[in-house]
Amino acid sequence: MPDPASSLTLLAIAFAAASGLPSLAMRRGSRKGQVVATSGMLLAAVLGIAGALLALLQPGSIRALPALPWPAGNLPGMRIDPLSAFFLVPVFLVGGMSALYGSSYRPAVRNPRTARRMSVFLGTLVAGMAVLVVSSDAFSFILGWEAMALSAFFLIGIDDESAEARSAGLVYLLATHAGTLVLFALFALWRTVTGSFAFDAAAGAALGPATRGALFLLALLVFSLKAGAMPLHFWLPGAHAAAPSHVSALLSGVVLKMGIYGLMRFTFMLGEPAPSWGWAVLAVGAASSVLGVAFAMGQHDLKRLLAYHSVENIGIILMGFGLGLIGVSSGRGLVAVLGMGAALLHVWNHAIFKSLLFLGAGSVVSRTGTRSPDRLGGLAAAMPWTAGFFLVGSIAIAGLPPLNGFMSEFLLYLAAFVGSRYPGAVDSGPLLVAAALATTGALALACFVKVYGAIFLGAPRTTQRPGLRESPPSMLVPMGILAMLCIAIGVLPGIWAPLLDRVIRSLPLGTGVDRSGLMSLAPVSALAFGSLVFAAVVTLAFLGLSFLVGRRVRRGQGTWDCGYAKPGPRMQYGASSFAASIVGLFSWALRPRFHIPRIEGSFPGATGMHSHVDDASLDRMVIPFMRKAESRIQWFRRFQQGQTQMYVLYVLVTLLALLCTLVPFGDMLADLVAGR
Amino acid sequence: MTDFLNAIIVIVMILNLFALGTSRIASVIRIVAVQGALLGVVPLLLHWGGGGAPSAAVLLAAGAAIALKGLAIPAIMRRSLRSAAIKREVEPLVGFLPSVLLGAAGTALALVFSGRMGMAASQPGTLIVPASMATVLVGFIILTTRWKAISQVIGYLVLENGIYLFGMLLVEAIPFVVEMGALLDLFVGVFVISIITNHINEAFSSMDTRDLVTLKE
Repeated sequence: MPDPASSLTLLAIAFAAASGLPSLAMRRGSRKGQVVATSGMLLAAVLGIAGALLALLQPGSIRALPALPWPAGNLPGMRIDPLSAFFLVPVFLVGGMSALYGSSYRPAVRNPRTARRMSVFLGTLVAGMAVLVVSSDAFSFILGWEAMALSAFFLIGIDDESAEARSAGLVYLLATHAGTLVLFALFALWRTVTGSFAFDAAAGAALGPATRGALFLLALLVFSLKAGAMPLHFWLPGAHAAAPSHVSALLSGVVLKMGIYGLMRFTFMLGEPAPSWGWAVLAVGAASSVLGVAFAMGQHDLKRLLAYHSVENIGIILMGFGLGLIGVSSGRGLVAVLGMGAALLHVWNHAIFKSLLFLGAGSVVSRTGTRSPDRLGGLAAAMPWTAGFFLVGSIAIAGLPPLNGFMSEFLLYLAAFVGSRYPGAVDSGPLLVAAALATTGALALACFVKVYGAIFLGAPRTTQRPGLRESPPSMLVPMGILAMLCIAIGVLPGIWAPLLDRVIRSLPLGTGVDRSGLMSLAPVSALAFGSLVFAAVVTLAFLGLSFLVGRRVRRGQGTWDCGYAKPGPRMQYGASSFAASIVGLFSWALRPRFHIPRIEGSFPGATGMHSHVDDASLDRMVIPFMRKAESRIQWFRRFQQGQTQMYVLYVLVTLLALLCTLVPFGDMLADLVAGR
Repeated sequence: MTDFLNAIIVIVMILNLFALGTSRIASVIRIVAVQGALLGVVPLLLHWGGGGAPSAAVLLAAGAAIALKGLAIPAIMRRSLRSAAIKREVEPLVGFLPSVLLGAAGTALALVFSGRMGMAASQPGTLIVPASMATVLVGFIILTTRWKAISQVIGYLVLENGIYLFGMLLVEAIPFVVEMGALLDLFVGVFVISIITNHINEAFSSMDTRDLVTLKE
């Protein structure tokens, strides 16, 4: 009889995987099918979160699930340890919220062609991720990994009538398959050196340093590709922009985290980390966070912008993880605990606030039909709830108190400053983290001032659809729940600190670790109280100022007014204008391209200009490389004749070549020479 | 019994050469049907030669093989031939006489080499190994040199006959299910190809597989 935590988790996986199946039996565009699928996903979410929290709260760190009857033989199958349980929570939480949101965002009645596909693959995506997280051998890991990767592909390309979705899906598919190839290499190497496909930390710790280094390098490659760290993020912006918004929420909030999970799981399976590992992760994290937010600044598409912020937040998580690893390898327990704590907490936080932001973006996009902040404006009046929830998400992602983003970023600052107090060579790493985090935080704040200001404040820049209404409750409720969680994690550290402690205690962080828990190691309670006070003061000050200023503002025009006697809404300070100075500052990395028309003649016709920021790795590295590779291997095309006879001939030639290896030519020659 | 078996196998090899040298597709279908039916008898002979009477499963497998390869598949192909209204393979890549010579040379080489490959030990004294290699080779020659879609099907059938003959080396070891599965595969394969053949005929108004090149990317 398995314990309740494992039973609940297994049940949740089964419900999620099967949630879309009933709709297959119903007719196209059946509302009932979608209702069944959504309730299945919600049920899975409730059961899964309950199971994961039970596994986290109850003593006894590892619980075995009944192993799958696997043809490959004696494999341990699956088990839930605190790290898996910690990652299960966002999987099921965001999965459930996305499904609920999707039922109104893409109602089956209006999307009859794709609704059943959507239900099926949303379910398998969540189930695949849950299987991945609880797997304890390479086979079930790959099973979950591929279920996740392929379901995500079908969801990204679900609007397959649009060329954008098709090409984004293709780029994603190529990237994920490349990652899977590396994953195969990783597992093959693991199997060769440990003699088993099972994830066994003791076996990993017994390996030589060179082998462990090679394993770590492969793991870093494949998992940073999935997590979307710079410069392997090239599949991410297109995929997040093309997918329906609730799928983007799931992709950005949870699928990327599977890369983080894999990296953590494998690194801790390899014994004591070498100092260079932490540095490598730290460098990738710092580059991702600063460049991610800089690229976000240059985007004109709301969802692409949010996607680049995912790169940024993955960078923050990686910086925490890298700092934790440096702490472990240099025997500084406090740095290890704080760094890991920051990384893990930010995994939850980013899952919550980024899915909140994507759902908010979806709400805006579905009502206005555009993803460009430069065409929007003044939506706060028509969509007050969406505006409020988006504001909560924006504050959280900018890392401002009193919300959850502040908590994890504060832990990371704390880890950096504690780390830099030690004398010795590792000083610069923690300081690098602090500098990168400060830059990132400032840019993220600027970026969300731009987005929020352009979309929700001011006056509409283009004519809005008449009768623009707020989104229906089934879209607002998931956003509300996520926003509440942002606030709860920010102001009530008592609810997450014990859970986080249990995960950190289960990790092999070396011997010098203070196990007394985050609540006593870091001043989180005082911080929460302080940030509440800060928030209250800011709110009061804002109310007071608006009361004072609001009465004195002069409405009216000056006599000449610099020629702007009648400013229209289209002349408002726009998102791109706001970002221009920062984009200029980062032009060495962003390389913004401006297309400015030449204006000639006395009476020039109507014209326009536009600018865009191409992706650093997709547009400047991957695609040029592929083109070059294509021209190099052009000769291989000659073998693709299109004629079945030629293909059969290839088979025959191969077969004959293989047969020749059977013929003992050497013996025959010897016989001939001997004259027999 | 071995003599009788070898006689059948020699007929199979001669039928190979006939299949290579005939331009009338209906005749080639008939030749391959006879070849398939003859091969269906081989496992029964092997069992009698081994002493005991064949089991019900072996009888059933042999019966199914004869019925499918000798009757059902040729019938399907003749039907498809009728609806496509063609009679001959014209202008193959390699002419009929050269391909007969090629097949004969392949058969001779197979006979020379097979004795030295150390595989014939399980059925000593029979021609199973060289005949199967020769038949596979002939199947490939048909597949690579003929243009009509229906000749391709014939090529696959001859190829499969060769593989089937090779499987006779392991006649005790192959489970009944595998054998029936292979037969079913073949049947479904021919069935599908015959349907495709008609579609090719309708889409390109000929059964020449060279036209399929336009489908290449």
